Amino acid sequence: MATTYRTCPRTGLQFDLDADKLMRWNAVAGVLWLLVGGITALLVILTRWPAIKLLPADQFYLILTAHGIDMLILWIIFFEMAVLYFASSTLLRCRIATPWLGWVQFWLMVVGGIMTNVAIFQGGSSVMFTSYVPMQAAPHFYLGIILFAVGALIGTGVFFGTLVVAKREKTYVGSIPLVTFGAMTAAIIAVFTILCGAAILIPTFAWSMGWIKEIDAQLYRMVWWALGHSSQQINVAAHVSIWYLVAAVAFGAKPLSEKVSRFAFLLYILFLQLASAHHLLSDPGMSAEWKVLNTSYFMYFAVLASMIHGFTVPGAIEAAQRKKGFNNGLFEWLRKAPWGNPVFSGMFISLVGFGFVGGISGVVLGTEQINMLMHNTFYVPGHFHATVVVGTTLAFMSITYLLVPTLFRREMLFPKLCQIQPYLYGLSMIVLSLVMMGAGTLGVSRRHWDMAFSGAPFQYEWPGAAYLMMGLTGIFGVIAVVGGGLWIGLVVLSLLFGKKLDGGATHDKPVPIPDQTVAASASATGSEEHTNVPGTVVLAITLLTCFVLYYFVNWKYLSEVWGLS
Amino acid sequence: MSAILPPSQRLWWKQPIAAQEWAWIGIAFVWAMIMFVMMVYWHINGKQNLSNEVYKTTTEMFTAKTDAFVAENTIRTEVSLANPDLKIPVVKPNAKGEAFLLARLWSWYPILELEAGKTYKIHLSSVDYNHGFSLQPTNINIQVIPGYEHVVKMTPTKAGTYAIVCNEYCGIGHHTMLGRIYVK
Repeated sequence: MATTYRTCPRTGLQFDLDADKLMRWNAVAGVLWLLVGGITALLVILTRWPAIKLLPADQFYLILTAHGIDMLILWIIFFEMAVLYFASSTLLRCRIATPWLGWVQFWLMVVGGIMTNVAIFQGGSSVMFTSYVPMQAAPHFYLGIILFAVGALIGTGVFFGTLVVAKREKTYVGSIPLVTFGAMTAAIIAVFTILCGAAILIPTFAWSMGWIKEIDAQLYRMVWWALGHSSQQINVAAHVSIWYLVAAVAFGAKPLSEKVSRFAFLLYILFLQLASAHHLLSDPGMSAEWKVLNTSYFMYFAVLASMIHGFTVPGAIEAAQRKKGFNNGLFEWLRKAPWGNPVFSGMFISLVGFGFVGGISGVVLGTEQINMLMHNTFYVPGHFHATVVVGTTLAFMSITYLLVPTLFRREMLFPKLCQIQPYLYGLSMIVLSLVMMGAGTLGVSRRHWDMAFSGAPFQYEWPGAAYLMMGLTGIFGVIAVVGGGLWIGLVVLSLLFGKKLDGGATHDKPVPIPDQTVAASASATGSEEHTNVPGTVVLAITLLTCFVLYYFVNWKYLSEVWGLS
Repeated sequence: MSAILPPSQRLWWKQPIAAQEWAWIGIAFVWAMIMFVMMVYWHINGKQNLSNEVYKTTTEMFTAKTDAFVAENTIRTEVSLANPDLKIPVVKPNAKGEAFLLARLWSWYPILELEAGKTYKIHLSSVDYNHGFSLQPTNINIQVIPGYEHVVKMTPTKAGTYAIVCNEYCGIGHHTMLGRIYVK
């Protein structure tokens, strides 16, 4: 079967038409799930806002379950499939391996996603994203997730297959580009994650069918979180790759050192999967030694990796900008960055929000003893809205501003609104994360319908500040939903009504990459010549200072609570 | 195809790492080690560490132990705000300083009465779903898992009335699952 390639005239990116279609369908499916996730987000927010309290308890828990599944699994993993195909087939200028298996991936994920949502909206499966046993959902709740995961596993198979094809057909020389390397990291973690998911969800499905009598509640939590947390590590690897990609396409930036950046990705592969432990720090079933070793991702080597990326990504941008002559003072390179380009602004807000808010709070939350101050409080969703939403979702949104013209061949409508969107969404989401963490610090629980405890045998009044934080959560949550809805609207309208763009010439085999294009910078390998990056050093030291202060403030808080031993 | 990339870009693994980047890696590594050591240090010198004393149990066993504990050590009862017919026992730890706290849909049973400055062994477990022990306003949060009896040593620091909020989702009545601990 002949493969047809088209070369985008604006970017020089080259698309195998089979891969092109797979990417588009996966990305669109992701956006539709984001829409469902966004509507449920609004309902969740309006219920947890104490002054509004929109839904009754049963509907609230149902909607919250849907929100978790649709956002954390369906939206993100569909989009990641598109990212994997892009990073392999497009960046390596290679035909996609077994496109028919790609379609098996897509349809399994569609069927699985719908099946799980049907189970949730039927009302008998309000078990939350985590579905801790012995609370039981309908069998098709689990079956849907299993089918979806099998689909995703096939998708990673197609990705690896494409790497093999590219190597064999010599479509690139030397090493795969850094972005592809990062995507490969994500795919390797995905395989581990999905196998853990199978190990827990298949028995749970059997249990819901009555074939197995019992599943140990602690064992479930341990294995489930090897799916639950590791799947977020896929996201980290994917969005860090996108940061590098944006740095390359928006600035022509090269990493400060390929060696360092690739080594940091390697650390992710080696240690991120230990993160399951983060969720078990206040559990009875594991020893303190186990917790200390695992929660630290084996002595914080994966955190070290993120800190390295946090330095090398802005460092690469700074080096590229200084080379262009933005050399005045510490920060001219940053001031003169294209802040009106949503591809860059979204990526940079994603980087800063992920590092300062998501990263710091995550490490503090994942400290064995400090976890007792925050476990299962509203702090937890506050933290992961800074990582998964500001980090991953915003990075995916920003790269979409590039993908719509090049992949979908449509011009984005309303460019002014496109410029505003990353700021509206990213900044409100950062504030939302902060106020959620504030409420959690005051003890407010996550996944809880009523702060007033109506119908309880006793009364307990949360401090006024907690109500204030929850009110702010409501306000900034609604703004964030507007910002997310704006993105969906812009993308969908542009896909439907945007000006059609030339798809470019087609060929029956790959052609060399035109120089000085997006494609050339995205698939280049090699480090930047050594330049000093003082601005990045200042940013990094600022991050570290915040980190150290906040870390020890929490030890101080901990030292003031009841003695525990 | 070899023209795609100039050969000069091929040997990235031989390019040296810049000093500033090395410095940051070093700083980040040292910080990672400090954070690692802090957790170990707190086990040696800190006063807030979660107990490792855990036993496997069952719904029947833990219910029986809690009932026996309540029967022997109840000092008074209190009427539930939600249900005037329900009298909840207020129980003092036994002579060995042990107390049982049972989580179930949707209550914490019984009410405990402790004294500030004394150390107690609180046996925590659930007889149905996962629950979350969230002591407020002091803000201590511990996961409670069915089948596991967790013996947590607690030393209250200040007198007062404390609430136990359930902070692990446990179904439709989750928000009514509020318990109480008195500290004198």
